[in-house]
Amino acid sequence: MADLLRTPLYDFHVKNGAKLVPFAGYEMPVQYPLGVMNEHKHCRASAGLFDVSHMGQVLIKPKSGNIEDACLALETLVPMDICALKPGRQRYAFFTNDEGGILDDLMVANRGDHLFLVVNAACKDADIAHMQKHLSETCEISVIEDRALIALQGPDAESVLSSLIPSMADLKFMDVVIVDYDGMELWVSRSGYTGEDGYEISVPADNASQFVTKLADNDLVEPIGLGARDSLRLEGGLCLYGNDIDESTTPVEAALTWAIQKARRADGAREGGFPGSDKILAQFENGAERKRVGLLPEGRAPMRAGTKLFASETSSDEIGEITSGGFGPSVNSPVSMGYVSTEFSDEGTQVFAEVRGKRLPANVSKMPFVAANFKR
Amino acid sequence: MKYTEEHEWLKPEGDVVIVGITQHAADALGELVFVELPDVGTEVEKGEEIVVIESVKAASDITAPLDGEITEVNQAIVDAPTLVNEDPTAAAWFFKMKLKDPSEMDGLMDEDAYKALID
Repeated sequence: MADLLRTPLYDFHVKNGAKLVPFAGYEMPVQYPLGVMNEHKHCRASAGLFDVSHMGQVLIKPKSGNIEDACLALETLVPMDICALKPGRQRYAFFTNDEGGILDDLMVANRGDHLFLVVNAACKDADIAHMQKHLSETCEISVIEDRALIALQGPDAESVLSSLIPSMADLKFMDVVIVDYDGMELWVSRSGYTGEDGYEISVPADNASQFVTKLADNDLVEPIGLGARDSLRLEGGLCLYGNDIDESTTPVEAALTWAIQKARRADGAREGGFPGSDKILAQFENGAERKRVGLLPEGRAPMRAGTKLFASETSSDEIGEITSGGFGPSVNSPVSMGYVSTEFSDEGTQVFAEVRGKRLPANVSKMPFVAANFKR
Repeated sequence: MKYTEEHEWLKPEGDVVIVGITQHAADALGELVFVELPDVGTEVEKGEEIVVIESVKAASDITAPLDGEITEVNQAIVDAPTLVNEDPTAAAWFFKMKLKDPSEMDGLMDEDAYKALID
Protein backbone atom coordinates (compact mmCIF):
# COMPACT_ATOMS: atom_id res chain seq x y z
CA MET A 1 0.00 0.00 0.00
CA ALA A 2 2.97 2.20 -0.79
CA ASP A 3 1.15 5.03 -2.52
CA LEU A 4 -1.62 5.38 0.02
CA LEU A 5 -1.88 8.34 2.34
CA ARG A 6 -2.22 7.91 6.07
CA THR A 7 -4.29 10.03 8.40
CA PRO A 8 -2.83 11.48 11.62
CA LEU A 9 -4.60 8.62 13.43
CA TYR A 10 -2.86 5.80 11.56
CA ASP A 11 -0.89 4.71 14.64
CA PHE A 12 -4.08 4.75 16.72
CA HIS A 13 -5.74 2.38 14.23
CA VAL A 14 -2.79 -0.01 14.22
CA LYS A 15 -2.58 0.03 18.01
CA ASN A 16 -6.29 -0.81 18.21
CA GLY A 17 -5.95 -3.79 15.88
CA ALA A 18 -7.71 -2.24 12.88
CA LYS A 19 -7.88 -4.03 9.57
CA LEU A 20 -6.72 -1.36 7.11
CA VAL A 21 -7.91 -1.10 3.53
CA PRO A 22 -7.37 1.38 0.70
CA PHE A 23 -10.20 3.91 0.57
CA ALA A 24 -10.26 7.13 -1.48
CA GLY A 25 -6.46 7.09 -1.62
CA TYR A 26 -6.03 6.56 2.12
CA GLU A 27 -5.22 3.59 4.26
CA MET A 28 -8.36 3.46 6.40
CA PRO A 29 -9.72 1.12 9.09
CA VAL A 30 -12.55 -1.01 7.70
CA GLN A 31 -13.07 -2.72 11.05
CA TYR A 32 -11.50 -3.29 14.45
CA PRO A 33 -11.40 -6.59 16.37
CA LEU A 34 -14.97 -5.98 17.62
CA GLY A 35 -16.21 -6.61 14.05
CA VAL A 36 -18.60 -4.74 11.78
CA MET A 37 -21.82 -6.02 13.33
CA ASN A 38 -20.87 -5.31 16.94
CA GLU A 39 -19.28 -1.97 16.09
CA HIS A 40 -22.55 -0.97 14.45
CA LYS A 41 -24.62 -2.07 17.44
CA HIS A 42 -22.25 -0.42 19.88
CA CYS A 43 -22.54 2.91 18.11
CA ARG A 44 -26.36 2.79 18.30
CA ALA A 45 -26.27 1.75 21.96
CA SER A 46 -23.43 3.87 23.34
CA ALA A 47 -20.67 5.81 21.56
CA GLY A 48 -18.56 5.15 18.49
CA LEU A 49 -15.42 6.95 17.40
CA PHE A 50 -14.65 7.36 13.68
CA ASP A 51 -11.60 8.69 11.86
CA VAL A 52 -12.88 10.74 8.93
CA SER A 53 -9.66 12.67 8.37
CA HIS A 54 -9.64 11.63 4.73
CA MET A 55 -12.48 14.06 4.12
CA GLY A 56 -11.69 17.54 2.83
CA GLN A 57 -11.82 20.56 5.13
CA VAL A 58 -11.99 23.88 3.31
CA LEU A 59 -12.35 27.53 4.34
CA ILE A 60 -14.02 30.14 2.14
CA LYS A 61 -13.08 33.67 3.17
CA PRO A 62 -14.68 36.71 1.52
CA LYS A 63 -12.07 39.10 0.16
CA SER A 64 -14.36 42.00 1.12
CA GLY A 65 -14.47 40.86 4.73
CA ASN A 66 -18.25 40.66 4.44
CA ILE A 67 -19.51 37.09 4.97
CA GLU A 68 -22.51 37.75 2.78
CA ASP A 69 -20.19 37.96 -0.21
CA ALA A 70 -18.92 34.45 0.52
CA CYS A 71 -22.49 33.20 1.00
CA LEU A 72 -23.64 34.72 -2.28
CA ALA A 73 -20.58 33.33 -4.07
CA LEU A 74 -21.16 29.80 -2.77
CA GLU A 75 -24.83 30.06 -3.71
CA THR A 76 -23.74 30.18 -7.36
CA LEU A 77 -22.53 26.57 -6.95
CA VAL A 78 -25.13 25.08 -4.57
CA PRO A 79 -28.94 25.29 -4.49
CA MET A 80 -29.00 26.06 -0.75
CA ASP A 81 -29.95 29.23 1.10
CA ILE A 82 -26.46 29.93 2.43
CA CYS A 83 -27.26 33.58 3.18
CA ALA A 84 -29.83 32.50 5.78
CA LEU A 85 -27.32 30.33 7.60
CA LYS A 86 -26.68 32.07 10.92
CA PRO A 87 -23.23 32.28 12.52
CA GLY A 88 -22.58 29.08 14.45
CA ARG A 89 -24.89 27.01 12.24
CA GLN A 90 -24.26 24.33 9.63
CA ARG A 91 -26.35 22.81 6.86
CA TYR A 92 -26.25 19.98 4.34
CA ALA A 93 -25.50 21.06 0.77
CA PHE A 94 -24.43 19.73 -2.62
CA PHE A 95 -22.62 21.07 -5.64
CA THR A 96 -24.68 20.67 -8.81
CA ASN A 97 -23.57 20.50 -12.44
CA ASP A 98 -25.15 22.11 -15.52
CA GLU A 99 -27.30 19.03 -16.12
CA GLY A 100 -28.72 19.22 -12.61
CA GLY A 101 -26.64 16.28 -11.39
CA ILE A 102 -24.76 16.23 -8.09
CA LEU A 103 -20.98 16.76 -8.10
CA ASP A 104 -20.58 16.12 -4.38
CA ASP A 105 -22.48 16.51 -1.14
CA LEU A 106 -21.03 18.46 1.73
CA MET A 107 -21.55 20.35 4.98
CA VAL A 108 -21.35 24.15 5.09
CA ALA A 109 -20.94 26.08 8.33
CA ASN A 110 -21.11 29.82 8.93
CA ARG A 111 -18.30 30.71 11.30
CA GLY A 112 -18.96 34.40 11.61
CA ASP A 113 -16.57 35.93 9.10
CA HIS A 114 -16.05 32.92 6.82
CA LEU A 115 -17.54 29.58 5.74
CA PHE A 116 -16.19 26.15 6.69
CA LEU A 117 -16.89 23.22 4.38
CA VAL A 118 -16.44 19.48 4.79
CA VAL A 119 -16.43 17.55 1.49
CA ASN A 120 -16.06 13.90 0.49
CA ALA A 121 -12.58 12.42 0.30
CA ALA A 122 -12.94 11.03 -3.21
CA CYS A 123 -14.25 14.37 -4.54
CA LYS A 124 -12.12 16.82 -2.61
CA ASP A 125 -9.55 17.63 -5.31
CA ALA A 126 -12.30 18.23 -7.87
CA ASP A 127 -14.36 20.25 -5.40
CA ILE A 128 -11.44 22.49 -4.52
CA ALA A 129 -10.61 23.08 -8.19
CA HIS A 130 -14.30 23.81 -8.83
CA MET A 131 -14.43 26.39 -6.04
CA GLN A 132 -11.12 27.96 -7.01
CA LYS A 133 -12.32 28.29 -10.58
CA HIS A 134 -15.66 29.86 -9.75
CA LEU A 135 -15.21 31.67 -6.43
CA SER A 136 -11.67 33.06 -6.53
CA GLU A 137 -12.73 36.48 -7.72
CA THR A 138 -14.52 37.24 -4.47
CA CYS A 139 -13.21 34.63 -2.07
CA GLU A 140 -10.05 33.03 -0.83
CA ILE A 141 -10.29 29.23 -0.83
CA SER A 142 -7.97 27.51 1.61
CA VAL A 143 -7.62 23.80 2.09
CA ILE A 144 -6.93 22.65 5.63
CA GLU A 145 -4.11 20.10 5.49
CA ASP A 146 -2.97 20.14 9.12
CA ARG A 147 -6.09 18.90 10.86
CA ALA A 148 -7.61 15.52 11.54
CA LEU A 149 -11.38 15.05 11.51
CA ILE A 150 -13.11 12.62 13.80
CA ALA A 151 -16.72 11.78 14.57
CA LEU A 152 -18.10 10.73 17.93
CA GLN A 153 -21.55 9.24 17.43
CA GLY A 154 -24.23 7.57 19.49
CA PRO A 155 -26.51 8.19 22.46
CA ASP A 156 -23.53 8.46 24.84
CA ALA A 157 -21.57 10.86 22.62
CA GLU A 158 -22.80 13.85 24.61
CA SER A 159 -21.79 12.47 27.99
CA VAL A 160 -18.39 11.37 26.66
CA LEU A 161 -17.49 14.69 25.05
CA SER A 162 -19.00 16.86 27.79
CA SER A 163 -17.01 14.95 30.41
CA LEU A 164 -13.99 16.63 28.80
CA ILE A 165 -15.67 19.86 27.65
CA PRO A 166 -18.89 20.55 29.61
CA SER A 167 -20.21 23.19 27.18
CA MET A 168 -20.55 20.57 24.43
CA ALA A 169 -23.80 19.40 26.03
CA ASP A 170 -25.37 22.76 25.12
CA LEU A 171 -24.87 22.37 21.36
CA LYS A 172 -27.96 21.55 19.33
CA PHE A 173 -28.11 19.54 16.10
CA MET A 174 -26.15 21.39 13.38
CA ASP A 175 -24.60 23.94 15.77
CA VAL A 176 -20.90 24.61 15.19
CA VAL A 177 -18.38 26.11 17.59
CA ILE A 178 -14.65 26.67 17.99
CA VAL A 179 -13.51 25.66 21.45
CA ASP A 180 -10.16 25.44 23.23
CA TYR A 181 -9.41 22.24 25.07
CA ASP A 182 -6.12 21.55 26.78
CA GLY A 183 -4.26 23.90 24.44
CA MET A 184 -5.89 22.52 21.28
CA GLU A 185 -8.28 24.47 19.10
CA LEU A 186 -11.19 22.16 18.30
CA TRP A 187 -13.78 22.84 15.61
CA VAL A 188 -16.90 21.03 16.77
CA SER A 189 -20.25 20.50 15.09
CA ARG A 190 -23.20 18.55 16.44
CA SER A 191 -23.79 16.36 13.42
CA GLY A 192 -22.80 13.08 11.86
CA TYR A 193 -23.45 10.32 9.38
CA THR A 194 -25.06 7.59 11.43
CA GLY A 195 -28.58 8.78 12.22
CA GLU A 196 -27.50 9.12 15.85
CA ASP A 197 -26.79 12.18 17.95
CA GLY A 198 -23.12 13.05 18.00
CA TYR A 199 -20.31 15.36 17.04
CA GLU A 200 -17.80 15.89 14.27
CA ILE A 201 -14.58 17.36 15.56
CA SER A 202 -11.69 18.88 13.64
CA VAL A 203 -8.52 18.68 15.70
CA PRO A 204 -4.96 19.83 14.92
CA ALA A 205 -3.09 16.89 13.37
CA ASP A 206 -0.32 17.12 15.97
CA ASN A 207 -2.82 16.67 18.80
CA ALA A 208 -5.11 14.20 17.08
CA SER A 209 -3.87 10.95 18.59
CA GLN A 210 -3.65 12.51 22.04
CA PHE A 211 -7.24 13.77 21.85
CA VAL A 212 -8.62 10.59 20.32
CA THR A 213 -6.86 8.44 22.90
CA LYS A 214 -8.51 10.53 25.60
CA LEU A 215 -11.93 9.90 24.07
CA ALA A 216 -11.20 6.21 23.50
CA ASP A 217 -10.10 5.80 27.12
CA ASN A 218 -13.72 6.30 28.11
CA ASP A 219 -15.26 2.83 28.58
CA LEU A 220 -18.35 3.92 26.64
CA VAL A 221 -16.33 4.47 23.46
CA GLU A 222 -15.34 1.93 20.80
CA PRO A 223 -13.51 2.79 17.59
CA ILE A 224 -15.68 2.13 14.53
CA GLY A 225 -14.44 1.29 11.02
CA LEU A 226 -15.74 2.08 7.55
CA GLY A 227 -17.74 -1.18 7.42
CA ALA A 228 -20.06 -0.16 10.25
CA ARG A 229 -20.00 3.46 9.10
CA ASP A 230 -21.63 2.24 5.89
CA SER A 231 -24.32 0.11 7.55
CA LEU A 232 -25.07 2.89 10.06
CA ARG A 233 -25.57 5.52 7.37
CA LEU A 234 -27.60 3.09 5.25
CA GLU A 235 -30.01 2.40 8.12
CA GLY A 236 -30.09 6.16 8.64
CA GLY A 237 -31.26 6.58 5.03
CA LEU A 238 -28.25 8.79 4.27
CA CYS A 239 -26.79 8.93 0.77
CA LEU A 240 -23.30 7.74 -0.04
CA TYR A 241 -21.84 9.90 -2.78
CA GLY A 242 -20.81 7.73 -5.73
CA ASN A 243 -23.43 5.10 -4.88
CA ASP A 244 -26.77 6.76 -4.19
CA ILE A 245 -26.07 10.15 -5.72
CA ASP A 246 -23.67 11.19 -8.45
CA GLU A 247 -23.37 13.41 -11.51
CA SER A 248 -26.27 11.59 -13.19
CA THR A 249 -28.78 11.95 -10.32
CA THR A 250 -30.64 15.18 -9.67
CA PRO A 251 -31.68 16.35 -6.18
CA VAL A 252 -35.35 15.78 -7.08
CA GLU A 253 -34.66 12.22 -8.24
CA ALA A 254 -32.56 11.67 -5.13
CA ALA A 255 -35.41 12.81 -2.84
CA LEU A 256 -33.18 15.57 -1.48
CA THR A 257 -35.60 18.44 -2.15
CA TRP A 258 -35.79 19.07 1.61
CA ALA A 259 -32.21 20.36 1.36
CA ILE A 260 -33.17 23.08 -1.14
CA GLN A 261 -34.65 25.97 0.79
CA LYS A 262 -37.52 28.16 -0.44
CA ALA A 263 -35.29 31.13 -1.26
CA ARG A 264 -33.67 29.18 -4.10
CA ARG A 265 -36.84 27.60 -5.51
CA ALA A 266 -39.30 29.10 -8.00
CA ASP A 267 -40.61 32.43 -6.72
CA GLY A 268 -37.99 32.45 -3.96
CA ALA A 269 -35.98 35.55 -3.05
CA ARG A 270 -32.94 34.24 -4.94
CA GLU A 271 -34.59 31.78 -7.30
CA GLY A 272 -32.23 29.57 -9.29
CA GLY A 273 -28.77 30.87 -10.07
CA PHE A 274 -26.99 27.57 -9.44
CA PRO A 275 -25.71 25.09 -12.05
CA GLY A 276 -28.55 23.06 -13.55
CA SER A 277 -31.19 25.24 -11.90
CA ASP A 278 -33.47 25.17 -14.97
CA LYS A 279 -33.65 21.40 -14.96
CA ILE A 280 -33.89 21.09 -11.18
CA LEU A 281 -36.61 23.74 -10.79
CA ALA A 282 -38.55 22.17 -13.67
CA GLN A 283 -38.41 18.83 -11.85
CA PHE A 284 -39.72 20.52 -8.71
CA GLU A 285 -42.68 21.61 -10.81
CA ASN A 286 -43.27 18.49 -12.90
CA GLY A 287 -41.66 15.71 -10.88
CA ALA A 288 -38.90 13.39 -12.05
CA GLU A 289 -39.15 10.07 -13.82
CA ARG A 290 -37.41 8.17 -11.07
CA LYS A 291 -36.99 8.53 -7.36
CA ARG A 292 -34.65 7.32 -4.65
CA VAL A 293 -36.54 5.13 -2.16
CA GLY A 294 -35.87 2.80 0.74
CA LEU A 295 -36.44 -0.90 0.11
CA LEU A 296 -37.04 -3.63 2.66
CA PRO A 297 -36.45 -7.13 1.24
CA GLU A 298 -39.16 -9.55 2.35
CA GLY A 299 -36.68 -12.38 2.85
CA ARG A 300 -33.30 -12.58 4.54
CA ALA A 301 -31.10 -12.25 1.43
CA PRO A 302 -29.35 -8.86 1.26
CA MET A 303 -29.94 -6.92 -1.97
CA ARG A 304 -26.75 -5.05 -2.74
CA ALA A 305 -25.72 -2.16 -5.00
CA GLY A 306 -26.20 -2.96 -8.68
CA THR A 307 -29.14 -5.32 -8.15
CA LYS A 308 -31.78 -4.73 -10.85
CA LEU A 309 -35.42 -4.12 -9.94
CA PHE A 310 -38.52 -5.31 -11.79
CA ALA A 311 -42.27 -4.71 -11.49
CA SER A 312 -43.13 -8.39 -11.10
CA GLU A 313 -41.65 -11.88 -10.83
CA THR A 314 -41.83 -12.31 -14.59
CA SER A 315 -41.75 -8.82 -16.14
CA SER A 316 -38.75 -8.12 -18.37
CA ASP A 317 -39.04 -4.35 -17.91
CA GLU A 318 -36.44 -3.01 -15.53
CA ILE A 319 -37.93 -0.37 -13.23
CA GLY A 320 -34.85 0.55 -11.29
CA GLU A 321 -31.69 -0.47 -9.50
CA ILE A 322 -30.41 -0.74 -5.96
CA THR A 323 -27.62 1.72 -5.18
CA SER A 324 -26.79 0.68 -1.60
CA GLY A 325 -27.79 -2.41 0.28
CA GLY A 326 -26.73 -4.87 2.89
CA PHE A 327 -27.65 -6.20 6.27
CA GLY A 328 -28.91 -3.69 8.83
CA PRO A 329 -27.72 -4.92 12.23
CA SER A 330 -30.11 -2.66 14.19
CA VAL A 331 -33.10 -3.40 11.97
CA ASN A 332 -31.97 -7.05 12.10
CA SER A 333 -32.86 -7.58 8.46
CA PRO A 334 -31.51 -6.63 5.07
CA VAL A 335 -32.06 -2.99 4.03
CA SER A 336 -31.47 -1.26 0.70
CA MET A 337 -31.99 1.99 -1.11
CA GLY A 338 -32.17 2.62 -4.79
CA TYR A 339 -33.96 4.29 -7.66
CA VAL A 340 -37.33 3.21 -9.06
CA SER A 341 -39.59 4.66 -11.73
CA THR A 342 -41.75 7.21 -9.93
CA GLU A 343 -44.92 5.14 -10.41
CA PHE A 344 -43.38 2.48 -8.17
CA SER A 345 -42.12 4.89 -5.49
CA ASP A 346 -45.13 4.91 -3.14
CA GLU A 347 -44.50 3.43 0.29
CA GLY A 348 -45.61 -0.20 0.43
CA THR A 349 -45.24 -0.87 -3.30
CA GLN A 350 -43.90 -4.37 -3.90
CA VAL A 351 -41.07 -4.67 -6.40
CA PHE A 352 -38.84 -7.62 -7.35
CA ALA A 353 -35.07 -7.66 -7.18
CA GLU A 354 -33.07 -10.07 -9.29
CA VAL A 355 -30.61 -11.75 -6.92
CA ARG A 356 -28.51 -14.58 -8.37
CA GLY A 357 -31.04 -15.13 -11.13
CA LYS A 358 -34.05 -15.27 -8.80
CA ARG A 359 -36.71 -12.59 -8.44
CA LEU A 360 -37.10 -11.79 -4.75
CA PRO A 361 -39.76 -9.41 -3.37
CA ALA A 362 -38.98 -6.15 -1.57
CA ASN A 363 -41.24 -3.35 -0.42
CA VAL A 364 -40.75 0.38 -0.85
CA SER A 365 -40.22 1.73 2.65
CA LYS A 366 -39.87 5.09 4.29
CA MET A 367 -36.41 6.10 5.43
CA PRO A 368 -34.63 6.25 7.80
CA PHE A 369 -34.97 2.56 8.64
CA VAL A 370 -34.19 3.40 12.28
CA ALA A 371 -35.57 6.45 14.11
CA ALA A 372 -33.19 9.41 13.91
CA ASN A 373 -31.87 10.37 17.30
CA PHE A 374 -30.78 13.98 16.86
CA LYS A 375 -30.74 16.58 19.62
CA ARG A 376 -32.69 19.41 18.05
CA MET B 1 -10.65 -34.19 8.83
CA LYS B 2 -9.80 -33.31 5.22
CA TYR B 3 -9.64 -29.89 3.57
CA THR B 4 -10.14 -28.30 0.16
CA GLU B 5 -8.47 -25.28 -1.40
CA GLU B 6 -11.88 -23.61 -1.17
CA HIS B 7 -11.44 -23.63 2.63
CA GLU B 8 -13.98 -26.34 3.31
CA TRP B 9 -13.49 -29.16 5.79
CA LEU B 10 -14.86 -32.69 5.35
CA LYS B 11 -15.36 -35.11 8.17
CA PRO B 12 -16.49 -38.71 7.58
CA GLU B 13 -19.52 -39.86 9.63
CA GLY B 14 -20.70 -43.38 8.81
CA ASP B 15 -21.35 -43.54 5.06
CA VAL B 16 -21.63 -39.75 4.60
CA VAL B 17 -19.28 -36.80 5.08
CA ILE B 18 -20.06 -33.63 7.01
CA VAL B 19 -18.96 -30.43 5.24
CA GLY B 20 -18.32 -26.98 6.68
CA ILE B 21 -15.97 -24.03 6.25
CA THR B 22 -12.76 -23.50 8.14
CA GLN B 23 -12.11 -21.02 10.92
CA HIS B 24 -9.75 -19.24 8.54
CA ALA B 25 -12.54 -18.82 5.99
CA ALA B 26 -15.08 -17.73 8.61
CA ASP B 27 -12.68 -15.09 9.94
CA ALA B 28 -11.93 -13.80 6.45
CA LEU B 29 -15.62 -13.53 5.54
CA GLY B 30 -16.66 -11.50 8.56
CA GLU B 31 -19.99 -11.94 10.34
CA LEU B 32 -22.43 -13.91 8.23
CA VAL B 33 -25.91 -12.48 7.74
CA PHE B 34 -27.44 -14.91 5.25
CA VAL B 35 -27.05 -18.58 4.32
CA GLU B 36 -28.89 -20.47 1.58
CA LEU B 37 -28.42 -24.24 1.53
CA PRO B 38 -29.22 -26.79 -1.22
CA ASP B 39 -32.24 -29.08 -1.04
CA VAL B 40 -31.76 -32.52 0.47
CA GLY B 41 -31.53 -35.10 -2.32
CA THR B 42 -29.76 -32.77 -4.74
CA GLU B 43 -27.09 -34.48 -6.86
CA VAL B 44 -24.03 -32.22 -6.91
CA GLU B 45 -20.83 -32.14 -8.91
CA LYS B 46 -17.43 -31.13 -7.62
CA GLY B 47 -16.95 -27.38 -8.10
CA GLU B 48 -20.66 -26.65 -8.50
CA GLU B 49 -21.86 -23.62 -6.52
CA ILE B 50 -24.36 -25.07 -4.09
CA VAL B 51 -24.40 -22.73 -1.08
CA VAL B 52 -24.77 -18.96 -1.00
CA ILE B 53 -23.44 -17.08 1.97
CA GLU B 54 -23.48 -13.36 2.59
CA SER B 55 -21.42 -11.61 5.20
CA VAL B 56 -21.57 -8.00 6.36
CA LYS B 57 -19.10 -7.39 3.54
CA ALA B 58 -20.13 -9.38 0.48
CA ALA B 59 -21.79 -12.42 -1.05
CA SER B 60 -19.83 -15.59 -1.79
CA ASP B 61 -20.47 -19.12 -2.95
CA ILE B 62 -19.50 -22.44 -1.50
CA THR B 63 -18.89 -25.20 -3.99
CA ALA B 64 -19.44 -28.93 -3.73
CA PRO B 65 -16.11 -30.39 -2.56
CA LEU B 66 -16.66 -33.69 -4.44
CA ASP B 67 -19.37 -35.42 -6.48
CA GLY B 68 -22.26 -36.84 -4.50
CA GLU B 69 -25.75 -36.34 -3.10
CA ILE B 70 -26.86 -33.96 -0.33
CA THR B 71 -28.38 -36.01 2.50
CA GLU B 72 -28.90 -33.39 5.20
CA VAL B 73 -28.54 -29.62 5.68
CA ASN B 74 -28.03 -27.59 8.86
CA GLN B 75 -31.06 -25.35 9.34
CA ALA B 76 -29.42 -23.85 12.47
CA ILE B 77 -27.05 -21.75 10.35
CA VAL B 78 -29.89 -20.52 8.15
CA ASP B 79 -31.75 -19.37 11.27
CA ALA B 80 -28.63 -17.87 12.89
CA PRO B 81 -25.90 -17.24 10.31
CA THR B 82 -23.43 -15.86 12.88
CA LEU B 83 -23.19 -19.39 14.32
CA VAL B 84 -20.77 -19.95 11.42
CA ASN B 85 -18.44 -17.32 12.87
CA GLU B 86 -18.75 -18.70 16.38
CA ASP B 87 -18.28 -22.42 15.75
CA PRO B 88 -17.44 -23.11 12.10
CA THR B 89 -15.83 -26.50 12.61
CA ALA B 90 -18.51 -28.17 14.74
CA ALA B 91 -22.03 -26.79 15.41
CA ALA B 92 -22.04 -24.69 12.22
CA TRP B 93 -21.55 -27.50 9.69
CA PHE B 94 -23.27 -26.73 6.36
CA PHE B 95 -24.44 -30.01 4.86
CA LYS B 96 -23.88 -33.77 4.81
CA MET B 97 -23.35 -35.60 1.56
CA LYS B 98 -23.01 -39.18 0.33
CA LEU B 99 -19.95 -39.29 -1.91
CA LYS B 100 -20.19 -40.89 -5.32
CA ASP B 101 -16.68 -42.22 -4.88
CA PRO B 102 -15.56 -42.19 -1.22
CA SER B 103 -11.98 -42.86 -2.28
CA GLU B 104 -11.80 -39.31 -3.64
CA MET B 105 -11.44 -38.15 -0.02
CA ASP B 106 -7.84 -39.42 -0.22
CA GLY B 107 -7.01 -36.75 -2.79
CA LEU B 108 -7.88 -33.89 -0.40
CA MET B 109 -5.48 -32.07 1.89
CA ASP B 110 -4.80 -33.18 5.43
CA GLU B 111 -4.55 -30.68 8.25
CA ASP B 112 -0.82 -30.04 7.83
CA ALA B 113 -1.19 -29.39 4.11
CA TYR B 114 -4.12 -27.02 4.74
CA LYS B 115 -2.19 -25.13 7.40
CA ALA B 116 0.68 -24.72 4.96
CA LEU B 117 -1.79 -23.35 2.39
CA ILE B 118 -3.16 -20.61 4.63
CA ASP B 119 0.14 -19.56 6.22
